Amino acid sequence: MSNYFGNYSLYFALIASLYLIIKSYLVSNKALKYLDKNFILITSIQTLMITISFISLVFAFIYSDFSNETVFNNSHTLKPMFYKISGSWGNHEGSLLLWLLVLSVFLFIFLLKSGSQNIKYRVLTLLFQQIIIAGFLIFILLTSNPFNMIFPIPSEGLGLNPILQDPALAIHPPILYLGYVGTSIIFSASLASLITGNIGEAWARHIKKWVLVSWIFLTIGILLGSIWAYYELGWGGFWFWDPVENVSLMPWFCLTALLHTVVVLERRNLFKEWTIILSITTFSLSMSGTFLVRSGILNSIHTFANDPSRGLFILSFLFILILMALTIFFFNQNKSKGAIKESFIFSKETAILVNNWFMMFFLSVVLVGTIYPIFLEVLNGSKISVGPPFYHNLLIPFLIPFLVFMSFGPSLKWIKDNVRKFEFDLFVIFLISILISYFILIKSEKSFLLSIPLIILSFYLLIITIKDFFSKKSYLSQKVSHFGFSLLILSILLNSLFSFEFNSNMKVGDQRVFNDKIIILKDVIVQDIDNYKSLKANFEIKNKNTTIPLTPEVRIYQQPFTITSEAAIKTTLLSDNFLVFNILKDDGYYNIRYQYKPLMIWIWMSTILISIGGVLSILRRNEKKY
Amino acid sequence: MKKNIKFVSILFFLILTFVVMFKGLDVSKDYSNEKLNSKIDFSFTAKKLFNDEIIILEDLFDQNGISVVNIWASWCVPCREEHKFLMNLKNMNIQVIGINYKDASKNAKDFLNLLGNPYSDIIVDKDGTKSIEFGAIGVPETIIINGKTNNIIKKFIGPLNTENVIEIKNLINETS
Repeated sequence: MSNYFGNYSLYFALIASLYLIIKSYLVSNKALKYLDKNFILITSIQTLMITISFISLVFAFIYSDFSNETVFNNSHTLKPMFYKISGSWGNHEGSLLLWLLVLSVFLFIFLLKSGSQNIKYRVLTLLFQQIIIAGFLIFILLTSNPFNMIFPIPSEGLGLNPILQDPALAIHPPILYLGYVGTSIIFSASLASLITGNIGEAWARHIKKWVLVSWIFLTIGILLGSIWAYYELGWGGFWFWDPVENVSLMPWFCLTALLHTVVVLERRNLFKEWTIILSITTFSLSMSGTFLVRSGILNSIHTFANDPSRGLFILSFLFILILMALTIFFFNQNKSKGAIKESFIFSKETAILVNNWFMMFFLSVVLVGTIYPIFLEVLNGSKISVGPPFYHNLLIPFLIPFLVFMSFGPSLKWIKDNVRKFEFDLFVIFLISILISYFILIKSEKSFLLSIPLIILSFYLLIITIKDFFSKKSYLSQKVSHFGFSLLILSILLNSLFSFEFNSNMKVGDQRVFNDKIIILKDVIVQDIDNYKSLKANFEIKNKNTTIPLTPEVRIYQQPFTITSEAAIKTTLLSDNFLVFNILKDDGYYNIRYQYKPLMIWIWMSTILISIGGVLSILRRNEKKY
Repeated sequence: MKKNIKFVSILFFLILTFVVMFKGLDVSKDYSNEKLNSKIDFSFTAKKLFNDEIIILEDLFDQNGISVVNIWASWCVPCREEHKFLMNLKNMNIQVIGINYKDASKNAKDFLNLLGNPYSDIIVDKDGTKSIEFGAIGVPETIIINGKTNNIIKKFIGPLNTENVIEIKNLINETS
């Protein structure tokens, strides 16, 4: 039953979409005094239809309705309820329906919230947004309908993959999608404002909220993805430069650049075209992300099952949108030209421009690393693999000038600032950072020439951003985000510098000493549970005065014969202790892998701080300007 | 005029990207039977890891059945995760030929001594060129070859999991 509801409401939504496209296109050429009430009404009906469709799918999952093909492929009666529900968007069809739902809900909110804006601008935004919605509806109905029926109805589903049953992974896609889809509003709105020629301070103030919302969700989405990779994949890392991860990082760079540029537009009425280019690029990158992940064109550990017709559809749709955007850009670009304003080198505008250059550089590196292998394979058939060393070699050296700029750029004044004279307190802070870094690096065995300036500068930046909390020259939101960012850079650097790994073979009662730690294998408890045999090992990691108990597990399944191992992770404020063990032969020896990862929790915390800064900026009421 | 040149050049770049992506969709990611009809030449020489013996790679393949080739390295973290599944294959009496990719032979031997050796034979691929013959793009990768026709019939990119192990076992049972 829910299948029919879900399916037909999608058709209704498509009709609504086509009606709105035609109607708003016809209306957009006329001079308008007020917004047609029908536009909002039909959009709300459309949103309702898509919501019904989505809820039907969730119901089909909750009641394990295996007459639905999507449910049959991705669910199982034995799954816990939480994962049944999250399973509804954990697959290709369901995730697209979620995309669509977010698209229409965002449009609805936009129409309600943009009352103070120009009527023509609102109608045009509706038009562009409806084109995107219609594209996705046709895509879903033609190639990935989540309501396909199967007959006879199977008694049991296929989906019981334990690695996908993880809370972080369950909420990761919806959050990431909120970020991706938020950029669609920015895209439609910037095209509409190009045509109406209302790019300026007021528009920037209005669109900034949407930029912030997308940026916050994207940041949290990326964070959840790497938390999942760290805890569930258990390879002891949180970022692998995997194409699927890169694809979410690229719009983030672009959106971060846009976030800063839009402030310049709001305050100084500068960078109009650049803001529009960034808006278009951000959305194109989000869409390409969907294309690259969903079409299976990438080789990645996370690539999903695929079907070439899907890839072709998204590819064509993506290029039609980009082409439309470019044409509109080139033929309307002069409408919003303002008076040329004088700019000076030492000013906040320039500092933000420099920030943008860095973001564009980081973006290009990741883009080349992700796309170039596809180009090369198509053009001359050779296959190359781009791994972490490529990204590290190209990105890390440029972090040094980036950190330098970030330490003084944000505190510059608008329009023109004086070239600073020698400031004694900054010099003291710099000396302190050198001192701290010296004491830290002296402990490390693998310090390289490159890591010395990096550590010094990131400590310097950290102290500067803390010092900024006491100055009155900027908003709290900016202080929190920049502090979070400097903490993130520092945590990642120290984490990579001080992580170490220890491998050994041990039997019960053995102890191994390395660095200043002692690892003791106390005993192994063997139990028969349901359909597997469980071996739980009790380890102790002893330091000078602390003892950390760790109990990793190995599971042996008989039907079919497989061995899986569950890592034990102990998280403290300062470090993570990670231990995994494997059975070797039958001589009582076990292979153990112990990893020490300092400051892991700070990587998560600082990213949360960065997004809290964004939330503070949305909530800000007082219009005091700095 | 200047504007038009910009527009046309961006347009040109866009079309190029479209064509490449369009072609890229056709490039198969799993090498199935009908897509790789042509016989692949595996008759190149290689050195074995443990006794430095020089052999012809093709001779290692089962001429009448299925051969499993696994590309690995001691420095590759996912390979370590994958290792237990290779041991599972060994326990099922399935022979796996290892290709040691861009690795120091001492590290490779230490890795196997520590974790156990799941391979029936291991050949050394110091510069990564032999793995390219298999169309490998990274480590780990597992490639299934039909010995009768020298075709790659299946390719697993990234570490193996339980489902892959069952699939490999089924593939071998079907052919034998």
